[in-house]
Amino acid sequence: MNLEAYRELLPKITDANRPYWEGCLEGELRLQLCGQCGLHRFPDSPLCPGCLSEDFTWHKVSGRGRVWSWIIMHQRYFDAFVDELPYVVVLVELDEGPWMMSALDGDPASLRIDLPLEVVFTRVDDDRAVPKFRVAQ
Amino acid sequence: MAADNTEVAIVGVGHSDFRALYTERGVVHDAYLLAAGAFRSALEDAGLGKDEVDGVICSRVEYGRLADVLGIRFPRVVHDLEGAGRMSGVALQQAVALVRTGMADVVACIYGNNGRSAGMRYGGEGGSPTVAYDAMYGMTSPGAYVAMMYRRYLDIYGAPEDAGAPVAINNRRNGALNPVAVFQEEIDRDQYLGSRFIAEPLRLLDYCLINDGGVAFIVTSIERARSLRRQPVCVAASAAMGDLTNFYTSRDFFYTACSDVAARVYERSGLKPEEIDCLQIYDNFVPTVLFTLEGFGHAPRGEAWQWVRDGRIARDGPRPVNTAGGHTSESYMQGWAHIVEAVRQIRGECGERQVAGCASAQYMCASPIVTSHVLVADEEHRP
Repeated sequence: MNLEAYRELLPKITDANRPYWEGCLEGELRLQLCGQCGLHRFPDSPLCPGCLSEDFTWHKVSGRGRVWSWIIMHQRYFDAFVDELPYVVVLVELDEGPWMMSALDGDPASLRIDLPLEVVFTRVDDDRAVPKFRVAQ
Repeated sequence: MAADNTEVAIVGVGHSDFRALYTERGVVHDAYLLAAGAFRSALEDAGLGKDEVDGVICSRVEYGRLADVLGIRFPRVVHDLEGAGRMSGVALQQAVALVRTGMADVVACIYGNNGRSAGMRYGGEGGSPTVAYDAMYGMTSPGAYVAMMYRRYLDIYGAPEDAGAPVAINNRRNGALNPVAVFQEEIDRDQYLGSRFIAEPLRLLDYCLINDGGVAFIVTSIERARSLRRQPVCVAASAAMGDLTNFYTSRDFFYTACSDVAARVYERSGLKPEEIDCLQIYDNFVPTVLFTLEGFGHAPRGEAWQWVRDGRIARDGPRPVNTAGGHTSESYMQGWAHIVEAVRQIRGECGERQVAGCASAQYMCASPIVTSHVLVADEEHRP
């Protein structure tokens, strides 16, 4: 992994997404939860796509989901991933509803459609950890 | 309703010689010049002067610059659409609506694409904050989002890894009969399976090509159309529906939106899927054709990969698909050239690749904006 290029690729931390990244550092997956209708959403967004309310809290979610699908990327697009080719990208459907792109922590041969997964966190540096998923224990 | 259904027609079409442009290695093409060349061809085809055009809708080129380049100074309606494949269908739909409502009499839809000259890669660009949450895992490019759907499709319907081969092979077979197609060499199943993975399960031969070119078509009322040079091709029905999320990937492979659009175009045109003579399907990637055939009721759900076998989609088969070669063979004009091919098939101008007795054609695009148009021969010209 080209760490310098990888850090550049990570979403910039802003006031809007800071609770998400703080949660990752503390080993918790936190999503916005609508204060009006109870819908979770990801990535961060200023209002609820269900009821249009701007009222929300950051809420620790289960960290569980399932494999909606996955791909194996063979093409070089990002400098950060050149050394990783080919690499797996998993599309996770979280139990709370939202979709999340992620990486697999484990053997790609274990991947199956709808396989249950759980979140784990990988430390990048002092101020950043990123969520990945492994087969649910 | 019958009058409504046939009151707008496509009267002129034009596009670049994609093959000639592709062979000019190292030449950087200007998207506005490509767009202008297609517009000039479409005007000539229709027998119209540019001053008779009072509406301009363009895509992938910016309207102000284009109008300046073309010397269209006072159009009644003018705007551009994002340079995305979903917009070709939107452009025609808007042109039809403008003519029907009288907001413009003659609308030119114009497209210019110099993606190859400009070194477009369709991936790795980064972009919006939403995209960043995907990019941090190395997820990028439209093909990768389609590959996500395709992996799930293959799994839930038990389809084999060569599920898309008949579509890829068919496009090239048609392209071999199209003098302006960029790729005119036929391929077989072994070549398809032997092509390298890009975003597995998608292979290189599942991908559209990247090339330069321009496309234009001109739309007006059927009354005006009948006074012009060419046989009018009527827009019998047009419909659209968004399927919009953070992702290009659709949870049901665009099935819900396609089905809704399909129901409306079949009702308005009075044609059933099996009555349409040729199908022009937006094929950014080969699996998109499978999703489209199912969503639009041509193939049973989950079975398009079987349905496309055994020559059903061949030019001389019962349901010809992408008779010019599509995006994997003719040209990647983001659906625009598919609409032109639909017009030419109905006019009977397609030479070796002509579908015998073609009187109707359907354009379909399964994407975050699903669109479809059913085009038919003017009643005075039906075979």
